[in-house]
Amino acid sequence: MILTRIAIGIGLLFIVSVVIFGATELLPGDLATQLLGQSATPETVAALREQLGLNDPAAMRYWNWLTGALSGDFGVSLANNRPISELISARLGNTLFLALYAAALAVPISLILGVLAALWRNTVFDRVANAGALSAISFPEFFVAYILILWLAQTGLFPSMVRINPTTTFVDRIYMSFLPALTLTLVVTAHMMRMTRAAIINLMASPYIEMARLKGMSPLRIVLRHALPNALAPIINVIALNLAYLITGVVVVEVVFVYPGLGQLMVDSVSNRDIAVVQAVALIFAAAYVALNLLADVLSTITNPRLMHRR
Amino acid sequence: MSFFLWVVLGLAVLFAVAAGLRAVARTTLTGSARTLANDMPLTAAFGILVILIYAFVAIATPVLAPFPEREIVGTQFEAWSAEHPLGTDRIGRDMLSRLIYGARNTVGIAFATTALAFIVGSVLGIWAALTGGWVDQILSRFVDALMAIPALIFSLLLLTIFGTSITALILVIASVDATRVYRLARAVAQGIVVMDYVEAAQLRGERSWYLIRREILPNAMAPLVAEFGLRFCFVFLAISSLSFLGLGIKPPTADWGSMVRDNATLITFGDVTPLLPAGCIALLTVAVNFVVDWQLYRASGLKE
Amino acid sequence: MDNEVLLKIEGLRIEGRSGDEWSEIVKGVDLTLRKGEVLGLIGESGAGKSTVGLAAMGFARDGCRISGGTIEFDGIDLRVTPEATRRDLRGKRIAYVAQSAAASFNPAHKLIDQYCEAPVMHGVMPRDQAERDAIDLYRRMQLPDPEEIGFRYPHQVSGGQLQRAMTAMAMACRPDLIIFDEPTTALDVTTQIEVLAAIRDVVRQFDTAAIYITHDLAVVAQAADRIKVLLRGEEVETAETYKMLEAPKEDYTKSLWAVRSFTREEQPPGEGTPVVSVRNVTAAYGMVNVLEDVSFDIHAGRTVAVVGESGSGKSTTARVITGLLPPKSGEVLFDGEPLPPALKGRSREQLRQCQMIYQMADTALNPKLTLRQLIGRPAQMYLGLDGTALEDRVRELLDLIELDPAVYIDRLPGELSGGQKQRIGIARALAAEPKLIICDEVTSALDQIVQEGILKLLNKLQEDFGLAYMFITHDLATVRAIADEVVVMQQGRVIEKGTKSEMFAPPHEPYTDLLLSSVPEMDPDWLTCLLEKRAAAGG
Repeated sequence: MILTRIAIGIGLLFIVSVVIFGATELLPGDLATQLLGQSATPETVAALREQLGLNDPAAMRYWNWLTGALSGDFGVSLANNRPISELISARLGNTLFLALYAAALAVPISLILGVLAALWRNTVFDRVANAGALSAISFPEFFVAYILILWLAQTGLFPSMVRINPTTTFVDRIYMSFLPALTLTLVVTAHMMRMTRAAIINLMASPYIEMARLKGMSPLRIVLRHALPNALAPIINVIALNLAYLITGVVVVEVVFVYPGLGQLMVDSVSNRDIAVVQAVALIFAAAYVALNLLADVLSTITNPRLMHRR
Repeated sequence: MSFFLWVVLGLAVLFAVAAGLRAVARTTLTGSARTLANDMPLTAAFGILVILIYAFVAIATPVLAPFPEREIVGTQFEAWSAEHPLGTDRIGRDMLSRLIYGARNTVGIAFATTALAFIVGSVLGIWAALTGGWVDQILSRFVDALMAIPALIFSLLLLTIFGTSITALILVIASVDATRVYRLARAVAQGIVVMDYVEAAQLRGERSWYLIRREILPNAMAPLVAEFGLRFCFVFLAISSLSFLGLGIKPPTADWGSMVRDNATLITFGDVTPLLPAGCIALLTVAVNFVVDWQLYRASGLKE
Repeated sequence: MDNEVLLKIEGLRIEGRSGDEWSEIVKGVDLTLRKGEVLGLIGESGAGKSTVGLAAMGFARDGCRISGGTIEFDGIDLRVTPEATRRDLRGKRIAYVAQSAAASFNPAHKLIDQYCEAPVMHGVMPRDQAERDAIDLYRRMQLPDPEEIGFRYPHQVSGGQLQRAMTAMAMACRPDLIIFDEPTTALDVTTQIEVLAAIRDVVRQFDTAAIYITHDLAVVAQAADRIKVLLRGEEVETAETYKMLEAPKEDYTKSLWAVRSFTREEQPPGEGTPVVSVRNVTAAYGMVNVLEDVSFDIHAGRTVAVVGESGSGKSTTARVITGLLPPKSGEVLFDGEPLPPALKGRSREQLRQCQMIYQMADTALNPKLTLRQLIGRPAQMYLGLDGTALEDRVRELLDLIELDPAVYIDRLPGELSGGQKQRIGIARALAAEPKLIICDEVTSALDQIVQEGILKLLNKLQEDFGLAYMFITHDLATVRAIADEVVVMQQGRVIEKGTKSEMFAPPHEPYTDLLLSSVPEMDPDWLTCLLEKRAAAGG
């Protein structure tokens, strides 16, 4: 059961890699000409074609790219000829750090707020939390980021630019990355809170919760013993979905705070039309996204007795 | 800090006007329009008012804007003054005029993109649900694969390939979002296709076009309209983010996302001007979301 | 001591909220229950029976509130006593058995864990004793494999078994009172009997008082000492079961019997070419055969009732006739001509001849079309009517189904009652001027009085237009009322077929016998006699 899900996940990842690679084939005309512009001489175009391996059939180029990517070799950047793996390695760690940092803040806060809003449904707390969350969802990430800068960085409390080098200590990192992490947290928390609230409300309306109440169980026991085990699957999905959302959010936030992560790299490469780097970074982001969804799928399977104990 | 007070005051006035208009609607309207006004929460009234204001600004742009969109009319980064109420931008264009033109450009492009995504996605989705079989299988698996890549990342990938012109931007965002619309439209239509009344129409010998037009669409409208609102928010935010990253709509076209990027340096000096376009984006998405939330609540409330 | 009052409800009023307004759904109900007594609470949907039942536990669902009256349980006023006291009573001294056991068991826990929860948490007995007790009760409830069944999850146990496990769970603390809320409604007739018998035995063994809520008078007659009839939140009458059955006082109570009193005279078997003839049909979903070698004929002006329990293949047979499911082998003849197996291959004329009426009128009518559009479409499409001719035809059809055209023609289905919607379904079928109408459980979602009206209407239309009916149902009372011929199905096969008089007189196939004998009768001793008979026959 779980093995099939993992197999499906790997299959999906394979298809994703085909899509990411195949997207370049959609290009009208020749990639090398496109990249160099109309004024390029035939010699430079031919040289670039050679460098990109464009003379090989597509299937073969895909195979070389995929096997290379799996062993950590993404080829070289078209913009500066440096190995892509070198460009990525340090930044990948930074981005992961930022995403985990934001997740560590967002997950507990949003779960608690979501459960409280569900339990105190239609109270003032619920309405305010809901309207607040709805507004936060509607804000562009850069709006939130700049408000935080204006409010917290102007007063000198936190730095508005993140400069990380190998000697930066962990505590310093936490301090310097606080604003980007807080921005991501605010955006993701709103989503997660609303979804948690909806999942719990949906659950509390089910007949077995009424049955538990009619068996004279205390409200605390109803929530912990009757609602929570059934809420696990939806909550896991909510978390996974939002962690996956963090991946997207990270791009904009990194640019605002000049944070040396993968998102920055990707945006720079898109402006330079450095397709090799964009493909590599897109593959990493997509892999993380697929892996998160897969993990959520497996976890919710494990927590669901209907799927674990067949008839 | 007084600026924030002005913002709060402005919002409060909007809410008050919305409440007033709702009260008027409740007394003057009759029939179903009146019931609609009666169960409308204040947030939704606020949302509708804001959307109407934006629509008005977008239509009346040339009349409202004191200066042309692209003309340099002053020096760099002028402060707020009587002549330039919101100052000037990085190369001396009038901020207020560009904000007003932004309503036309940014909102217009986002609207066109959403409409495109919506038409393609919902037609394919409903068709897949109604036809079933291999059409459904192929389309759905294809969409699944595309959706396994985060939207912004996929858009960035496509923009690298097709370049960052406005047409490319519209097409890329529309195709990425069409996959999401397809998912929803298919799910909604599948819920309707299994209804006995659709089976009855099939037994009667009705053709697919009649089924879609008379049996499925009227019943799918409510969730689809709500989805249109939500989609618009996503598209609007995505385009603004891309413009902010310098990959979307570019100067000299006035666009709120790129205006933030252009003038962001001011923020480090404590000037709020660059936040105004971002605030315009936020206000519209909040407004649309408030209305959508009300519609979704109504749709679910009817079932309970 | 037998006469000691356990529960006394006086002037109970309950309000329900719709939007921002509160409206009364229970309007001053009195109820007295003595120790060990079983009270049947009956009424149609919306009568407020469940609401009253829950109020006996001092409980109101979300969106409802108890607004007046007293609820006194063993001297404790449940309305004024603190929530902690109420909670202590619930599950321990007053227990509840819900309509859908499948939805009311928590899917995340094993049955026995849910059983033990109340006794352990209320401090009645320790866990190991509760487990032993559970197994003992499972055995008394005649659950198969009582030692093991508790260690399964709810989804691993069948509906009838779950309902019994839930009754066992309610008995866990040996409560003084159990509220049964339609415990057998969702079950097939043959399963219903078993559950009913098990419930009755256990309640008697432990001398538990009970409130038995149902809409089926025949079911409640088997279990209740007294019966209280509710209508729209008010009491109609209360009497001892025997008295109530022999001589109902109020008109409304009498009308609850009405559907059983409507009987159509059996027509002689049809002659000549049958309208529809199902010949040796075998059909499958994927690899699994759901119909095996099914054959029967329907003649003009005749009603053939196809009966069987859920999963017997009744509705699948209809899908084969309509062309939604092309058969694997065999064929369907219409007026002697073979019909193309698939819907797509049939001509418009062939489609017109055979119309269908559905069980749930709610889902069978497009909620966004007016009655004019709903009824007019088949007439427009098949008969080419338009303009005033179409308008006149729609009005004529509305007259036929006894709805005033002037009032209803531009309404939406959502503005009609359940019975009216079903009439629209009939009008839509008639508009095509068909020869055969397939009625799929058309009355089973309706209240009894409304059922009678629909059956009478169908009968009249048959006489007027010489229609052939294929009447799919699981309800043998309806068969008795309307059928000329009966086809009994089980697991995709035709077990027995014949005229109604043949079918309702022995000898039968064993399954037909089981099915016939399982239909509750309006006789309080029916279940007892039946069980004795079955025990004797079983040796």
